[in-house]
Amino acid sequence: MSDALLDVRDLVVRYGDTTAVDHVSFTLAPGETLALNGPSGCGKSSTAQAVLQLRRPDAGEVVFEGRELTTLTERELRPVRPRMQPVFQDPYGSLSPRHRIGDAVAEPLRIQGRRPTPDQVAELLDRVGLDPSYGDRRPHELSGGQCQRAGIARALASEPRLLVLDEPVSSLDPSVRAGVLNLLADLQDDLGLGYLFICHDRAVVRHFADRVVEMREGRVISG
Amino acid sequence: MPSDVPLSPDAPFPPDALLSVRDLRIAFDGVEVVRGLSFDVRPREALAIVGESGAGKSLTARALLGMLPRGATRNGTIEPDLAAHRGRRISLVPQDALSALSPVHPVGDQLAAAVRSVARVSRKEARARAVAALDRVGIPDAARKARAYPHEYSGGMRQRAVIAMATVNEPDIVVADEPTTALDEERRDQVLRVLAEQREAVGAALVLVTHDMDVVRDHADRVLVMYAGRLTELGPAEEVLARPRAPYTAGLLASLPQHAPPGRRLPALRGTPPAPGSLPPGCAFTPRCPLAADACHTVEPEPQEVEKRLVACHRWPELPHPATELFHE
Ligand code: SF4
Repeated sequence: MSDALLDVRDLVVRYGDTTAVDHVSFTLAPGETLALNGPSGCGKSSTAQAVLQLRRPDAGEVVFEGRELTTLTERELRPVRPRMQPVFQDPYGSLSPRHRIGDAVAEPLRIQGRRPTPDQVAELLDRVGLDPSYGDRRPHELSGGQCQRAGIARALASEPRLLVLDEPVSSLDPSVRAGVLNLLADLQDDLGLGYLFICHDRAVVRHFADRVVEMREGRVISG
Repeated sequence: MPSDVPLSPDAPFPPDALLSVRDLRIAFDGVEVVRGLSFDVRPREALAIVGESGAGKSLTARALLGMLPRGATRNGTIEPDLAAHRGRRISLVPQDALSALSPVHPVGDQLAAAVRSVARVSRKEARARAVAALDRVGIPDAARKARAYPHEYSGGMRQRAVIAMATVNEPDIVVADEPTTALDEERRDQVLRVLAEQREAVGAALVLVTHDMDVVRDHADRVLVMYAGRLTELGPAEEVLARPRAPYTAGLLASLPQHAPPGRRLPALRGTPPAPGSLPPGCAFTPRCPLAADACHTVEPEPQEVEKRLVACHRWPELPHPATELFHE
């Protein structure tokens, strides 16, 4: 599929003797949500890491916006990384406890050598439904749901095309979870983002994803 | 309130209660987090306690165990005082299996020590009971595995060992605090199945703190829904989930993806629970409740008996059916 945002072909990730990801292939279109579903240890998170090139795969290709990533050097990846951003499960763990929320949200821009203005940060917080005054607070002053919103604002800062969402709502109360899932749906509608959505909760997956890839023991069993 | 409630077997406060909690209040620095909670635990039943973070459900469970955090003050009564016999008459299955086991002692030794802490039996007898408990929860080759350390157990086996630990002394009540939150569905159901088998075997009741409504549906006989430190609804799990009588229960259920109407937006409960110490006047749910009316802003509703349940809401007869519709946009 030439118009795919992400095209993963025969991906293999090994840890020593164990094959965590065993020839996994899938594609993801812009504006689409593809879920990777399966029990813990099925390889879905390893797949996410390999897509993000946080862990280099042992074999296979990851084609993102038409570019094959697995053969690129770290330096060549630098302009690509802002366009594919992770959002992790533990909202507190993914934000440094010492930094104010506003600084955490602006960090991806700083890494790119840009100087985010307070207005830009306020706008990002507003996008995710947080009052801009939260920019001055620290993570422990926020609830789990607010922290996860801040994590999403941070992921949006560098204007990505793809979000890799690794169990983004798994540690949240159902009522808070609904709000975060609605936010993600709105952002996708507005910005046309592609979502690679890692989640072990089948009811959430069924509701939220356009397509589901089921994984077991490193392999795709359906999807 | 409890004293006025007729003591029929179906009543929310049955005559044969194993444990009675009356007007439980838990405060930190004078700020009440649990605000006058009354409920019973019946023999052999599985009672789930649900609610959002901060509702006081974990604190309530800890109060039953006599394990409140430092700085907490407790008022009200919990009778009989099972907490005085923690480990024998009431025990805990914690969220994190690793935290329940010491890394430096073999699992069998830890179980045997638990046995000897409450019963005067020989080392040999304690050992035998430990191995039998491991065998009961389905740990293969239990005699050999009893000599292994927790890190030599797989995650699933460790969960089983923790359940063996909580049931080895045949308690009256097992309290499980979010025992499956970190697990995927397969492991979750497995752990809860083993827990149910063991409860059955030793005749223990279960108090299960969870935020997972699937767990409530599949594993609880009754459910206590808490909001802002109070009882919102208490009744048979199946009936409460099928037809909630309190708006807050309906809101919790509406936000579940399995109940969502087609389309992509979930009916979310707007806003967040109030912080303890800055509660709105009247019903604490008022700012988030689509059914709120004048009376709600002035008088906090007391639990009243409705069919086989307790419901704390001024306007419960006006709930639509299905009540989850209240929260659809
Ligand atoms: S008492 Fe009023 S505000 Fe409280 S739940 Fe009932 S209707 Fe809503």
